Amino acid sequence: MTDMTKSLSLHLGLIALLLSLNWLLPSYHHGNLARIMVLAIYAIGYNVAFGYTGLLSLGHAMFFAAGMYGMALTVRHLGWSPAPALIAGILSGFVLSVIVGLLALRTSGVAFMIVTLMFAQSVFLIILYFTEYTRGDEGFVIQQAQRVMGGIDLSEAHNRYLAALLGFGVCLMLTWFLVGHPFGKTLIAIRENEERARMLGYNVYLHKLGAVVISGTISATAGALYGLLFGYAGATFATVQYSIFPLLWVLLGGAGTLLGPFVGTLFMFYLIDFTSEITTAYMLVAGVALVLLTLFAPQGFMGELRKRALGWLP
Amino acid sequence: MEFGPYLLLASMEGAVTAAVLALTAVGLSLVFGVMRVVNVAHGEFFMLGAVIAWYVASTVGGHPALGFVAAMIIAPLFVGGLAALADMVFLKRIAYDPERTIVATIGLLYIIQQVTLMTYGPDARPVVPPFNTRLALPWFEFGENGFEIYWPWGLSITSYKLFVIVAAGVILLGVWGMMTRSKIGLIMRATQLDGEMAQAFGIPVERVYAMVFGIGCGLAAMAAVLIVPIQQAHYLMGGDPLLLSFIVVIIGGLGSLPGTVIAALLIGMSDGIISVFFTPTLAKILATLAVALVLVFRPQGLFGTREHD
Amino acid sequence: MTNDKVFSKSRRNALKTLGLGAAATTLPLWARYAQAGTAEPIKVGFQAHKTGIGAAYGRWYERTTMAAAKKINDEGGINGRALEIVIEDDGTDPKRGAEVVEKFATRHNVDVGFGTLFSHVVIGSAPRAGELKLPYFVVSEGHHVASGMLNRHTLQPCITDVKSQVAAMAPFVANNLGKKVTMIFPDFAFGHDHRDFFSAAIEAQGGEVVAKIAIPPTESSFTKYFPKIPRNTDVIYHVMVGPAVLTFVKEMGEFFGPSRPEIFGFIDSLEAVDINSPGLEFLEGTYFWEGHPRYAQANQTEYDKAYRAGVGVDNTGASISDSKDIATYAHMFGCWETLHTIKAGMEAAGYQSTADRSKLIEAVEAMTDMPEGFAHPQGAKLFNGKTHQVFGHQYITKVSGGRLNLAHTTSIEDTFYPDEVDYTKQSF
Repeated sequence: MTDMTKSLSLHLGLIALLLSLNWLLPSYHHGNLARIMVLAIYAIGYNVAFGYTGLLSLGHAMFFAAGMYGMALTVRHLGWSPAPALIAGILSGFVLSVIVGLLALRTSGVAFMIVTLMFAQSVFLIILYFTEYTRGDEGFVIQQAQRVMGGIDLSEAHNRYLAALLGFGVCLMLTWFLVGHPFGKTLIAIRENEERARMLGYNVYLHKLGAVVISGTISATAGALYGLLFGYAGATFATVQYSIFPLLWVLLGGAGTLLGPFVGTLFMFYLIDFTSEITTAYMLVAGVALVLLTLFAPQGFMGELRKRALGWLP
Repeated sequence: MEFGPYLLLASMEGAVTAAVLALTAVGLSLVFGVMRVVNVAHGEFFMLGAVIAWYVASTVGGHPALGFVAAMIIAPLFVGGLAALADMVFLKRIAYDPERTIVATIGLLYIIQQVTLMTYGPDARPVVPPFNTRLALPWFEFGENGFEIYWPWGLSITSYKLFVIVAAGVILLGVWGMMTRSKIGLIMRATQLDGEMAQAFGIPVERVYAMVFGIGCGLAAMAAVLIVPIQQAHYLMGGDPLLLSFIVVIIGGLGSLPGTVIAALLIGMSDGIISVFFTPTLAKILATLAVALVLVFRPQGLFGTREHD
Repeated sequence: MTNDKVFSKSRRNALKTLGLGAAATTLPLWARYAQAGTAEPIKVGFQAHKTGIGAAYGRWYERTTMAAAKKINDEGGINGRALEIVIEDDGTDPKRGAEVVEKFATRHNVDVGFGTLFSHVVIGSAPRAGELKLPYFVVSEGHHVASGMLNRHTLQPCITDVKSQVAAMAPFVANNLGKKVTMIFPDFAFGHDHRDFFSAAIEAQGGEVVAKIAIPPTESSFTKYFPKIPRNTDVIYHVMVGPAVLTFVKEMGEFFGPSRPEIFGFIDSLEAVDINSPGLEFLEGTYFWEGHPRYAQANQTEYDKAYRAGVGVDNTGASISDSKDIATYAHMFGCWETLHTIKAGMEAAGYQSTADRSKLIEAVEAMTDMPEGFAHPQGAKLFNGKTHQVFGHQYITKVSGGRLNLAHTTSIEDTFYPDEVDYTKQSF
């Protein structure tokens, strides 16, 4: 097998495995996995900017929130049905990421972190400022009746799971094609050595802009799906904390690996879920895990795996 | 309230914010300047300073000033020591790699926050200021009888807030003196300019790093001790100082101490003054966007040079 | 989480309780459980704010809940079965909140979910409770339940909502403090509810709101906003939340100095905070809404006495074991009373297993009068089964001599407003 067929069968295999789990898992883990897949979409989006292009953003919650509110507000105030609302959410993320990308990419390094952080903070405050429409921090419910897409009730457990899997599978394979594509390879070149990429004649700014837009739009897709599948939109999802989460998931799973975002999200979710059964100090455990990770597995799970055993992992 | 007195009041409030912010941010800037790493747990060291101030002040009896003075000494030392330890145990091991440092300090952030919640608890606890007299302030107008001085309703400041401004200024002068006049400062600057070269000249770079990390976090703790008689100690209080210090350090130009102080003044004062003109949340939005746009169009910061970019 | 530690501790407590209870009752409890034919306890999933911004409340909500559970078990449990509280921390976060509700329903198989306070956690979790058919009893004082936003499975049977509370305050403010009101509130949905409901209520009393000052969240210094208070203000109405509240009050005192208007506030600002903290001297002579008076009053009922003793709160609202540990007294009674209401509902419905959840909800919906008593120490209440919301007395206290003394008690009728939803029309 070539490396490419190996990796293609691995990724399609994961999707097939997740599909079969729909009928195998007990309801508790079934529900969790649906949630994890949606969050993993967010992490996949983050990974495009951070893992493959080397852009460390601390403001991705604004894209997640743009998707969530683009979807939820059109449902709430315009009475849109889920399909167009979902598209509205994804488009909101697209537009926001173009604007933010155009501006923020004038900076790099720590300044880029701060600029994205500031933009995200503004988005959060804007949600609060328009509490009349958004209900601010409290947020609002997207009613069960508003979540029926073409006769399919997305609040039903299996429909939810399959919708989450569909979104996850599409985004995963999208990034699979992306990293194999010359565009993706250029992104990696920029991450490794921006100066050299520039000298080779690549338009670094445009490539980075492309990465931010793809990343932001995928993150927005996650936000829109999250709101739709779990029936709630609220300003909490736009806080700094939710910008840090995908960074952690991606780092845990392995930045710049395709499966890393999913593995990291899965691990972090169950780490918190299990440790919280033993102790209220689960954030302490999460903190210790992070410190240990940086000490002993700086490449994350998939990154270490790639380094030590499976060199062909994309 | 009329416009003139309101502006004065908002400026004074802004000055208090700026003073504390300058101290906190100079700590972060020092760490960034010398070590080239971003300490995401900086705000948590600030919080620890406030919490320890509460412990010290409530243990030391007698006049509130005693507890305050004790806290002013103990809290920065303790926090600085803890930070130096964290540096040696974690950051040294990951060779100050920028990205890994961010993750490690996020981990540290969670650890400190959670341990504080488990020991100190979720309450906001006050520390009694050593002194706190309300000082009403006069304003002037040109009325029917020409120039007049009067005492507008609400225009006032407290003696303690004035003290915070002065104390922060003195400490900052001290830091400046240390950096420019002392041997330690010289060593730090040498390390900042070129770590490998410094090592070659026999400077124990690792120890310098630990010390810088300790001093940087100690400064944050000092700022917290100053502010805790005004705002109470609470385990989640570290978020805002972290964000604001970040902004200040970047706007001021990375690693530039004078730039950091000027940026702190700018951010602190504008926070106060913008609130005069807009509704509060809108003022926050505008201030936040303004900072972002300054960075977008001057990525090296207001006072930085391109080389630092 | 099932916090196995807390879990097993509570189980151990329950065992201890069994021993104590045996002495007091004619039949040992274990025998009664055995008689009922099942040793399976009734499981109540308690969604607790153990960490995050709600932690100060969460700690007391938990103590109150555990105390109420102990009392209920001492008195024979529910339908002869022991009551077991399964605690999960939601981090005061709506995402984790929803996950916790799922965990209750699908992993712990609890009979009902219970105890959430912060509105955003309730609103984030309630859709999942509805979908999983888990009866979800909240203790939140938000208007989310009665506004019709939630679902048939979500009920708020023992704490009044903000719309009631605010409306009931307006007559007192207008008649005793003044007609021109300046409102200071957080720029949160919760603050906006206060703004909207109170503006309407005070206008109905012939008063007016002369300024509305919304403070952004995470703000930690306030003096710069006070000049926005118009000079002709008779009364300041404040309802701040979060850890910066002490600063808020202190700076307000420093701003006004010796000449202040009347001041009326919601105790939410100072829950878990000692009213005698340094900097709060300024509050002397000001008024507070309290859901339940923190200081034991001259007319204290035997019910309040027993409730305080049960939870471990002294007559000043502090923990018996630590006088610096102040209770969130104005809200936490809701946990005590809600747990008793769950018991009453289960007994009325003949509740056996999770298959009877709909019957339980119907039984609670059928409730109306809740008389003051050991199960309802805060006072009598009237439950509206259609809106799933309770109505009850409100208390206004005045700070005098470092105590909160009762100045006025509103009637239940003062808290009424027209129904906005009929949940009983929704199917299960």
